Amino acid sequence: MTVSKTGVTAPAGPALSDRRSAEGRRPTRAATPRKPMRERDRSGYLFVAPFALATGLFLVVPTLYGLWMSFTNQSLTGTGSEFIGFANYLEAFSDPQVWQTLWHTVWFTILSTIPLVVVALVMALLVHTGLPGQWVWRMSFFAPYLLTSAVVWHLSNWMFQPDIGLLDTWMTGLGLQPLGWLTDENVAMFSIAGVTVWWTVGFNFLLYLAALQSIPAQQYEAATIDGAGGWRRLFSITLPQLRTITGVIVVLQLLASLKVFDQIYLLTKGGPNGSTRPILEYIYDTGFTNYRLGYASAISYVFFALILIFTLVRLLPARKEA
Amino acid sequence: MAVADIAEVRRTKALQERAENQALTRLTIGPSPWARAGALAALAVLAGIWLVPLVWGAVTSFKHEAEAALPASLLPTMGWTLDAYQKVLGSSDLVLWMWNSLVVAVLVTAITVLISAMAAFAFSQTLFKGRALMQWLTLAAIMMPGQILIVPLFREMQVLGLVDTFAGIVLPQVVAPVMVFILKRFFDAIPQELLDAARIDGAGSWRLFWTIVLPLSRSILVAVAIFVFIGAWNNFLWPFIITTDPQFMTLPVGLSTVKDAYGVQYAQNMASAMIAALPLLIVFMLFQRRIVQGVATTGMGGQ
Repeated sequence: MTVSKTGVTAPAGPALSDRRSAEGRRPTRAATPRKPMRERDRSGYLFVAPFALATGLFLVVPTLYGLWMSFTNQSLTGTGSEFIGFANYLEAFSDPQVWQTLWHTVWFTILSTIPLVVVALVMALLVHTGLPGQWVWRMSFFAPYLLTSAVVWHLSNWMFQPDIGLLDTWMTGLGLQPLGWLTDENVAMFSIAGVTVWWTVGFNFLLYLAALQSIPAQQYEAATIDGAGGWRRLFSITLPQLRTITGVIVVLQLLASLKVFDQIYLLTKGGPNGSTRPILEYIYDTGFTNYRLGYASAISYVFFALILIFTLVRLLPARKEA
Repeated sequence: MAVADIAEVRRTKALQERAENQALTRLTIGPSPWARAGALAALAVLAGIWLVPLVWGAVTSFKHEAEAALPASLLPTMGWTLDAYQKVLGSSDLVLWMWNSLVVAVLVTAITVLISAMAAFAFSQTLFKGRALMQWLTLAAIMMPGQILIVPLFREMQVLGLVDTFAGIVLPQVVAPVMVFILKRFFDAIPQELLDAARIDGAGSWRLFWTIVLPLSRSILVAVAIFVFIGAWNNFLWPFIITTDPQFMTLPVGLSTVKDAYGVQYAQNMASAMIAALPLLIVFMLFQRRIVQGVATTGMGGQ
């Protein structure tokens, strides 16, 4: 039951991936510069055309269109669209709703990212012990990830029901006060973060599991011969080797958590009293409920700036490796 | 004879796997029975917590509606029943939404894999004017989160007349620049001699792509396809924005419109949720190893 054993492996080693740059230098020395055949293959633009067309139509056009829209007072009802300069951006920066929903987004990101990394790591470490029941463990931890947000909503909404829900039943069973899981402003965000951890931790779990399986067994054998116990092997061999992947998982998780929408929209509609509304829902509300497309676009770009910072952080280590 | 052989192979494989797992146990937690028991207990507790919502939802779906609205009891006291399933399948658009989801997910997956593989082939194995620029643009496209484009994209779809159409749901989802780079990395590692030999034999790029590159890349193509399919099947935000007509709703969107008014039908809600959850769960049980690999390889975005 190991991923690496039959894992997806490239037909040749990593050395080959640098072929192009190596060839670039070769002609200066070789007597007859033997160009690789692919350099003469000029049909590439035909192959790239469908992807380029789709990207152009559904990514580049909306990106530019949205940018232009953010400088107008365009509305979904289609009446009038004038260029109003930076008015939308000025409004966004002084709009308490923008700051509030941005803070909710960041707060959710903090609340969800930490357990989503830590719990995933613990699960992967436990499963990687090779103890019996592998299929069951993997199934239980990963299955929720395969559910769509609407199913997660139905299931968790049922758990959270006041009085008759499972959680309240347990709380009263333990002699505690029932909690307003989704109706108490101080509790709702924690409930949503909890649901999110349950729902998506399986993904990070799989990434950790794959990383664990690539640690060579010899290192453990050597450590065992040197007399290192189980905990010692965990802290001296396993965890240090997971440092890189942890960095990647953390950044991927931050990016995913910042874009939260589905579960909050379905579970609380941003409530109670707007206390869980994330920025994406504010964009949605502004554009599709209040019909202010121009303003919604401007907020989108403010949000984009925030995401871009995290994305660039993610790309940095990739550059270093290349 | 052949069946016996397959059974034999299976048994050997299972034995081998068990031996590997036992070796792994020795290497990671060592021989102490207490440590093993502790780790097993921790696993059981975690798995228990993770299964509770699913199990409880499943049990509720088999309860009578009257009992479902009473304080929680784990097992039905009024007997098991398929009432909720019958009502849900008979009275809602659930089956239609499921069919829509399947159509959308299959189309998104097929188109994404095809155009991404073609672009990756172009970047990896051919030369054309503007290749560097295109590659740079593709890299930049990775940084663009689709979620912030919902407003202009919806407007564009209005102009194109694609609101409430399958094309409107599918097309914006087929742009997957990350997948292009994952595939390109794989294509880069295909031995150049093999491709050159085929070219000398007179194979054009189209044949090269279909008869050599794609068959050699089956594992990564499956991995990408699995990843894209799960994403498309579960996607909520975009289908939610682009569809208002129940006729075109996908499962996640349709299911989210099942409003719980006063006196909610919990058993029916759970039955709908179970029906919606089942297809992917079954697929996962059948192809667990493949899916685990696929997600692990593509999930990192090629890092």
